Amino acid sequence: MSILGTRVVRTEDPLFLTRGAVYTDDLTDPRLAGALHATFVRSTVAHGTVTEVDASAAREAPGVVAVYTAEDLGDLQPVPPPLPFLDAGFARPWLVPVGGRVHFVGDLVAVVLTEERYQGEDAAEMVVVDIDPLPAVVGTAAAATDETVLFPEVGTNKVAAFGEPAPEDFFADCEVVVTRAIVNQRVAAAPLETRAASAAWGEDGRVTIWCTNQGAQQAQGQIAGWLGLDPKLVHLVTPDVGGGFGAKIGADQEYAFVAWLAQQAGRPVRWAESRSENMTGMLQGRAQDQVITIGGDRDGTVKAYSLVVNQDCGAYPRIGTVLPTLTMLMAAAVYDIPKVHAQATCYATNGTSIGAYRGAGRPEATAAAERAMDLFAAEIGMDPADVRRKNFIAPFTEPFTTSSGATYDSGDYAAALDRVLEAAGYAELRAEQARRRERGDVRQLGIGVSAYVEITGADSGHGTSENAELEVHPDGTATVLTGTSPHGQGHATTWAMLASEQLGIPVEKITVLHGDTDRIPDGGGTMGSRSLQQGGAAVHQAAVELVEVARKRAAELLEANPDDLEVDLANAGLSVKGTPGTGITWAQLAADEQLIVQTTFTANAPTFPFGAHVAVVETDVESGKAVVTRLITVDDAGTIINPLLAEGQRHGGIAQGVGQALLEEILYDEDGNPQTSTFADYPFVSATELPSFELVEMATPTPMNPLGAKGIGEAGTIGSTPAVQSAVVDSVAHLGVRHIDMPATSMRVWRAVREAQKGSTN
Amino acid sequence: MQVSMTVNGQQRTDEVEPRTLLAHHLRDNLGLTATNIGCDSTSCGACTVMVDGLTVKSCTVLALQAEGSEVTTLEGLSTDGELHPVQAAFRSEHGLQCGFCTSGMVMAAVGVLADNPNPTDREVREGLEGNLCRCTGYHNIVQAVLKAAESGPAAGQVPSAKQEVTA
Amino acid sequence: MIPAAFEYVRVSTVDEAVAALAEHGEDAKILAGGHSLLPIMKLRLAVPSVLIDISGVQELSYVRVDGDEVAIGAGTRHHELEKSEVAQAEVPLLPHVASRVGDPQVRHKGTLGGTVAHCDPASDLPTALLALGATVVVQGPSGRRSIPITEFFLGFFETAMEEGELIVELRVPRTGAGGWGYEKFTRRENDWPIVAAAAVHLPDGSVGVALANMGGVVLKASAVEAALAEGRSIEDAAELAAEGTSPSSDMHADAEYRSHLARLLTKRALKVASGETGASTAESTAA
Ligand SMILES: Cc1cc2nc3c(=O)[nH]c(=O)nc-3n(C[C@H](O)[C@H](O)[C@H](O)COP(=O)(O)OP(=O)(O)OC[C@H]3O[C@@H](n4cnc5c(N)ncnc54)[C@H](O)[C@@H]3O)c2cc1C
Ligand code: FES
Ligand code: FES
Repeated sequence: MSILGTRVVRTEDPLFLTRGAVYTDDLTDPRLAGALHATFVRSTVAHGTVTEVDASAAREAPGVVAVYTAEDLGDLQPVPPPLPFLDAGFARPWLVPVGGRVHFVGDLVAVVLTEERYQGEDAAEMVVVDIDPLPAVVGTAAAATDETVLFPEVGTNKVAAFGEPAPEDFFADCEVVVTRAIVNQRVAAAPLETRAASAAWGEDGRVTIWCTNQGAQQAQGQIAGWLGLDPKLVHLVTPDVGGGFGAKIGADQEYAFVAWLAQQAGRPVRWAESRSENMTGMLQGRAQDQVITIGGDRDGTVKAYSLVVNQDCGAYPRIGTVLPTLTMLMAAAVYDIPKVHAQATCYATNGTSIGAYRGAGRPEATAAAERAMDLFAAEIGMDPADVRRKNFIAPFTEPFTTSSGATYDSGDYAAALDRVLEAAGYAELRAEQARRRERGDVRQLGIGVSAYVEITGADSGHGTSENAELEVHPDGTATVLTGTSPHGQGHATTWAMLASEQLGIPVEKITVLHGDTDRIPDGGGTMGSRSLQQGGAAVHQAAVELVEVARKRAAELLEANPDDLEVDLANAGLSVKGTPGTGITWAQLAADEQLIVQTTFTANAPTFPFGAHVAVVETDVESGKAVVTRLITVDDAGTIINPLLAEGQRHGGIAQGVGQALLEEILYDEDGNPQTSTFADYPFVSATELPSFELVEMATPTPMNPLGAKGIGEAGTIGSTPAVQSAVVDSVAHLGVRHIDMPATSMRVWRAVREAQKGSTN
Repeated sequence: MQVSMTVNGQQRTDEVEPRTLLAHHLRDNLGLTATNIGCDSTSCGACTVMVDGLTVKSCTVLALQAEGSEVTTLEGLSTDGELHPVQAAFRSEHGLQCGFCTSGMVMAAVGVLADNPNPTDREVREGLEGNLCRCTGYHNIVQAVLKAAESGPAAGQVPSAKQEVTA
Repeated sequence: MIPAAFEYVRVSTVDEAVAALAEHGEDAKILAGGHSLLPIMKLRLAVPSVLIDISGVQELSYVRVDGDEVAIGAGTRHHELEKSEVAQAEVPLLPHVASRVGDPQVRHKGTLGGTVAHCDPASDLPTALLALGATVVVQGPSGRRSIPITEFFLGFFETAMEEGELIVELRVPRTGAGGWGYEKFTRRENDWPIVAAAAVHLPDGSVGVALANMGGVVLKASAVEAALAEGRSIEDAAELAAEGTSPSSDMHADAEYRSHLARLLTKRALKVASGETGASTAESTAA
């Protein structure tokens, strides 16, 4: 029986559950013996000119080995913006000098090296930093005015613009047009492990950097570039990683800084940030202000749709600047709309830089399209599920190109919706809703429906390729090296299953290694839901190729015709056809000569998983509090290799979507001070705010890789966010409410109801 | 100052600064790094350990406040290489992904079951309200705790407590 | 994050604690459960130079009937109060409210004396104690004195305790089977209240009502109490809940919404207390 498709429990768990995983701050590597501790001194002002940095008292504090300010940086050059088309004026200094400008709360001003961890905080407090405040630019609307410009040398806060305005007559042939400004708010990725890095230089002039990251090879290249080092001199290792969700893609400047400090100090250096530091220093996500306009006829046909995005990039534009192009690409979503327009403008603001967060650009497209469908349905008085069904792209197995320019691989959106509605008992839910409305209950029912498609395995800097190395050892064990970079997804188990499927070696005997640039110089990391479809496919390919290498070797040894040999899974080797158990094992074949394969798999194109979600909420209309009572989802990610792990990906994604829809938002006051920089203030979704989820199966294989697998890492979030938002709106729709921005907090719901009752639109 | 406590059955006496947090004492002085630190506002529960049979957030307890106490961390939960029922259930139900919340989550789950050996789905969620997980959406964590409950009272006990009962 | 350095003193009796307070003066702070103090020390919002740890003072940990009252030692932990059979029988509002504080780990450490001394305007147990008309017993260099709780909470994190004093006991009337209601409104279940309302039928026939997070301190809803005493309906009385309050506006709620919640939660708490409806806290909402 094939091991693929079965619920194999994780091979990584026994250690994780008894001794704990080993994260960067847990390392006891001998090279880090006697390491100094780095503590950064950060700006507490969002925008201003530094007038004084006095480290003299800190330098005298107990345990202090060194304090660096901008004056002590030697020839370190500011870090250029990470995208080639960005103005060089957006470069980020290592430490903001006296006379220079800080651009967000969290900008780096000085760094302290101490013998002990505790001494670092004491000494950092003693560094005197004076900043003359400038008006802060909070949000894209303020940025767009250019009244205050963050980077005078650039001359504008506008970072980039994509697309053109829609033609004036874009909606001319529509009976009904609805338009609305909506917010896809700024949120924290909030992996439970904050950022951490350690560095040690060897006698050989090479530096080893351990850091918590989603792709060692990309981080290695960046750090080497920033420090002006030959990448070969940088050995980058990612130990166990405590979650990433996109925010650990690419190196952060602090990681390179730790390496530089270790060189200066001539001793290893460690750094682990606090949560407060993380909530301002780590890349955040979403942060789009959108205007959606949808037009069509009263029979439910949508004819034209426009999405205009204003992207908040934060202080130093990073990868978030290009994410709106994914939003634009996916604007048409699951719909066959004749005309789709999308456009985006990106602005620098005095906030934390924006990067990828679970879905990165695609959830924003889905949220916009699904809000538009709901608004359109409400306007013409049609059931939101029916409007969707009427406009879906028809089922297809050959590539389909949408009006926003994406070419989807395979999909059946109506089937996904039908399945989820049936599992939810949609008709009965609507009936119950009607009864409660009729009775005027305090607790009203809201039903939210979403349909989505997303792009996974898109080129995120590494093409659509991934490599794998597979070696079988003489003792019968095997090792897989992969360029992907798990941080919770369970690749060690799934990759072992893929090798085991071809070789018959039990998964417990297969070790999967990743995240070490000396052993695995090339790799694309784990992001954009690419791992299984590219990295997993590479492991599969390596195993298939290894069988062929072994077949030739065995044929010589056994003096048999290679074609007469077949894989004998039960024996973990090859046997002469028809006589199982008589042949030779992989282990024997590896005895005299390494049995090893290195291979690269290249996908033809990205894949497009899809699905449909139903969220049910109960809203206390007197207080405005909405509670999610059910979440039913179809998430079609093609062929599933390990359902246990795939479901886990869905669960986590769904929960993060609920978090964004109901609770989470990074807030600044008008001076740009973050209001949500601890977990006491940032309402990270917890177990009590969630129901257990109801998952419905559906699997439409993709032709893009031999496994038939699409990505599953981000889908849950993409579907659940709009479903929950929609359910909250639906729960008070009978009171006249059409829209509530995320997060749909109780105050927002209460106020929306009140204003609707007063007769004002909302 | 000197501080003495029993950690995972072993008597330990160490010199600490008074401000040393129990979490740092366990991690940095005793090398027990399964206990993680995920926040600075006593919110996430990643640092949860048992002190005298009750769960606490070790980032908000001074090492000195555990003087004379019995402390159990994740490392002290399994006996003779056999997983504790809660550990086993976390594995079989896929109750962990990145693992960062896991140590605290497992300890909190043992605490939930000590308090209520047969909880409902809702009671498990309430019992874990002080523990955050970004990866699992809590679904499989809840399943794991319910599954562990099926294995009886052992799921709510820590090894040293068990020894006391049998002694 | 870690606290700034301090000197640590462990005491095992109330007398030792009083002596230590006298010796170390105003830079010294009592450390009980540490679940309000250590978090602010980690953020360096508090930097006491001496901590006097009273968590080992056995004589401060009890819940017992004393005449018409229930006497609770200041060192009683929230979870002990929650589980106390005496409290459940004699003053059931308190164990219920204790069960709604934070999360299990917090309840295993936090103490009743600590939460009263800390005087946070959003705190749950002080709100319940205020509704109950509790008495705070403090001990200092010149012995013990009793302070009615209505005179104890003076302002934002400011109490009627004098230098050198510590709380040793809280005394509340035995309400027995008298009705009570506690409505705590939060974003997430384990959060501090955005607003909370406590209502309890007292042995003298009056109804005590108090509010959390409607001003710089926990507040008595005096206008509501007076209206009820005049025999007005729950609906009418609850409409007065925001009177005399000064709710703040923050990212969770603005003053207008808080005032609305105060009225709504007061109405609900009163109805539950009078047996008209069941509790409507989030637990019962989740199907
Ligand atoms: C994550 C988290 C969530 C929480 N959620 C809630 C919540 O939802 N609702 C709520 O009400 N509370 C909540 N709390 C606070 C909790 O109830 C605290 O335990 C309590 O407020 C303080 O009690 P303590 O014993 O820990 O006091 P400590 O922190 O030890 O002391 C607090 C202050 O009181 C002083 N003090 C302590 N004991 C005495 C005494 N006997 N006499 C004189 N002074 C004394 C101290 O010097 C200090 O100034 C939460 C706390 C945390 C960490
Ligand atoms: S680290 Fe202790 S609660 Fe977060
Ligand atoms: S498994 Fe990653 S935080 Fe819980």
